[in-house]
Amino acid sequence: MGAKYFGASVKRREDPRYLRGEGRFVDDIKLPGMLHAAFVRSPYAHARIAAIRADAAKRMPGVAHVFTFADLERWMKPLPLFGAVPPGLAARVQVTMRQIGQLAMCRAEARHVGEIVAMVLATSRALAEDAGERVEVDYEPLPVLSDVEAAARPDAPVLYPEWGDNVALSFRAGFGDVEGAFRRAEARVRERFVIPRYVGMPIETRGVVAQWDPRDGALTTWNGTQVVHFVQQGLVAALGLAPHKIRVIAPDVGGGFGTKANGYPEDLLVPAAAIAARRPVKWIEDRREHMMGSAHARAQVHDIEIAARRDGTMLAVRDRIWVDLGAYNSWGIVLPYNTVAHLLGPHRVPNLDVECRGVVTTKTPNAPYRGAGRPETVFAMDRIVDCLAVELGMDPAELRRRNYLGEADMPYELQIPYRDGNPLVYDSGDFRGGLEAALRAVGYDALRAEQARLREQGIHRGIGISSYVEGTAIGPYEGATVRLDASGHAVVATGACCQGQGHETSFAQIAADALGIPLEWVTVVGGDTAAIPFGVGTFASRSAVNAGSSIHEASGRVKDKLVAAAAALLEAAPADIEIADGLVSVRGAPASATPLAAVIRAAIPTFARPGVAAPDFEATVYHHQPTVTYTSATHVAVVDVDAGTGAVKLLRYLVSHDCGKVINPVIVEGQIHGGVAQGVGGGLLEEMVYDEQAQLLTGTFMDYLVPTAMELPAIETVHLEYPSPRNPLGMKGIGEGGAISPPAAIANAVEDALRPFGVRVTRTPLGPSVVLGLLEQAAARGGRPA
Amino acid sequence: MTRTIRVTVNGREHERTVEVRATLAEFLREDLDLTGTHVGCEHGVCGTCTVLLDGEPVRACLMLAVQADGGHVDTIEGLAPAEGLHPIQEAFWAKHGLQCGYCTPGIIMSTRAFLRERPEPSREEIREMLSGHLCRCTGYHFIVEAIEEAARAVAGGRRSS
Repeated sequence: MGAKYFGASVKRREDPRYLRGEGRFVDDIKLPGMLHAAFVRSPYAHARIAAIRADAAKRMPGVAHVFTFADLERWMKPLPLFGAVPPGLAARVQVTMRQIGQLAMCRAEARHVGEIVAMVLATSRALAEDAGERVEVDYEPLPVLSDVEAAARPDAPVLYPEWGDNVALSFRAGFGDVEGAFRRAEARVRERFVIPRYVGMPIETRGVVAQWDPRDGALTTWNGTQVVHFVQQGLVAALGLAPHKIRVIAPDVGGGFGTKANGYPEDLLVPAAAIAARRPVKWIEDRREHMMGSAHARAQVHDIEIAARRDGTMLAVRDRIWVDLGAYNSWGIVLPYNTVAHLLGPHRVPNLDVECRGVVTTKTPNAPYRGAGRPETVFAMDRIVDCLAVELGMDPAELRRRNYLGEADMPYELQIPYRDGNPLVYDSGDFRGGLEAALRAVGYDALRAEQARLREQGIHRGIGISSYVEGTAIGPYEGATVRLDASGHAVVATGACCQGQGHETSFAQIAADALGIPLEWVTVVGGDTAAIPFGVGTFASRSAVNAGSSIHEASGRVKDKLVAAAAALLEAAPADIEIADGLVSVRGAPASATPLAAVIRAAIPTFARPGVAAPDFEATVYHHQPTVTYTSATHVAVVDVDAGTGAVKLLRYLVSHDCGKVINPVIVEGQIHGGVAQGVGGGLLEEMVYDEQAQLLTGTFMDYLVPTAMELPAIETVHLEYPSPRNPLGMKGIGEGGAISPPAAIANAVEDALRPFGVRVTRTPLGPSVVLGLLEQAAARGGRPA
Repeated sequence: MTRTIRVTVNGREHERTVEVRATLAEFLREDLDLTGTHVGCEHGVCGTCTVLLDGEPVRACLMLAVQADGGHVDTIEGLAPAEGLHPIQEAFWAKHGLQCGYCTPGIIMSTRAFLRERPEPSREEIREMLSGHLCRCTGYHFIVEAIEEAARAVAGGRRSS
């Protein structure tokens, strides 16, 4: 089968509706008799709820109900937990972990600012919000936990008394003789790096609509989620209904980035309220709610140490990692273990010792966001590698060149398991080659020469490098059902959900090729539990590989059925049947060309005859993906830093990357651009700021700065292709990668620019006041004043 | 409290009684079912809700519906012909200038006003105009290219017509 569409930059099929304003997002859904929900949220980081008085609120105009925990108690089961330790991992890494599921509404205690205390239903959103302000809550403030390390101390107040302390998760992983390697090393560097809280911040906030159908005893809910089947499972557990009685639909979703792959209280509260009120209910999150009530991310501290020989050969890495989990440990090992598994990345390091602790604090829960533990760990690693380069007096590119794995090293096994419990084996790639490609494309040597010239003129230009190797496309599966209609057009249903990645195009490209039909004949349905019973969802750069492989295989099986029917109809051997462009023909007999519709019609029985074959042109495949496939990239940032104002100007940003075989190059390019933009935000602008009372100070887009077109240069890309041997089409995941390296590359570039001042960058975001502070600190240490 | 307003939206006049505190965005979305205008922040930063009032871009979340009384509003729904796309929309499609499509209508409406004022914009001018909008998916580069393409197409259309 030749690939007509796979690998082609076909224009996206979903675009015309978005461009015409005809998309359908959650907030666009309107149902007769619909009520609007508003939530009363805790203004305290930690408080006992002594009393709630809702009488005044209930008397407000338009108000139908005010619900507290007690009113909805029968449905208030703990929200789903993720990140259990799989057996293969448990066998090799001893993980101590404690998880308690969040209740959708506070029963007696609020554990972070923004946690839901009460819910108001009214005839309009404005009236519901008015009434919410009249709900009186007596809070008795409790001790807060605002700092991850302080929260782990033995004398810290304990958030969950049954645990005895706040350490929800701890483990140690590694290999080799780290002590010995550090003893024998000729160079050792140690530093503490802080990765702040920054978040996905989709432009569409979250939203849920729910409708209870008393006739069928069935619930339909529209939810701007990346994971319809997870939402369904949570509702099954809480509502006690059979899965097929709960239909979860993700309509058009305005960006997800992992933020919408989390399980949320509102996923349950809005459906529960619709059942209790016997009326449809809509809730649309506002931006302030989003900042306090939608998952936060990152928030790690690394005490990292590296040992090397004078020639730069890396000998060992030791890291002590703190993960600030926020108020609930909903994600188990996911973020902490991702962090550990991705620490070494492209480097050949024979000895590793990592200790990781996840600690609960009284802040918004931490959940995966584009990169999910990888941007944090890459920040620590690539910063310490640059520190080592300074220590050795070596160019940071040369130090990397001497330690990166090359194509000849593949497959390469790291002596710790992956998060899924399987061996951590890089399947394909050439990390040194990727580095060289990036350096060539960016003109590294010329940049260094220019930097030296500019320094003499008082212009502080810096060049920063960061690379990662990313386990993508985590399994265990995503399914697909492919079905033809009477015209030979195909419907492809999958559990993967789209938030702008172009599934309706990429998946159609795979199906059209495998079926031998025009692209326009394929309709892709994702994000609907009624379309396919089992699914995982879209996150972790997983959909192209997991869903794409299933679509490819299921389409092949449907084609086999078509071939069998066509062989019967055209009285030819199946091996001689060809299908292309929606026509069936017998090899070497172009006159035999028959439309697919005629073959399907011939399979449907009539009064005059039976069908030539069973009219079953449908197949379902759940492709099993036991472990990940490894994408890799090198990023280079070029900045100018104004030592007078502290302003950092990002001049160039280049990415060389391998994501295996590419379905649609322009979509991949767009994914990289978008990921880099979010990473640049993390490097320069974005932070969720808490004060010592664990009070969230970030509430608007004036506080939380998302990059605009003025902060971002045109992103340059170099595409390398090392197909994965782990799936039939050789693909790797690319959704997250762009976001992983920018904070590290930018921090390295800023420190490089300010090298004459002896500045050391240990955290982001690098806003002007932070950069000025770094210059002051360096001057105080005896460096050159700015 | 309510007030009756008369607003021409996409060339059609509407007389409606609205809550005086209702925003223009709510009026368009809830009263007229024109859900192509999206709301991103409700505090005037993200630009998602941008529509044209008497030809000028405005944040529909920061404006009250009653302030539009007597005005002419253009939304994304009024841009394209019944079939097909407006040249600006075509350019965004051709250049992959959108991903999730949520911020897209606002950016397209700003682009429409911008290209009237600056038919041959430089890249820097395009980026400056775009800085009034937040897009979280694209990194903006393909949007910049789309607007360059749109400028060419709109200018070409003007010459040929």
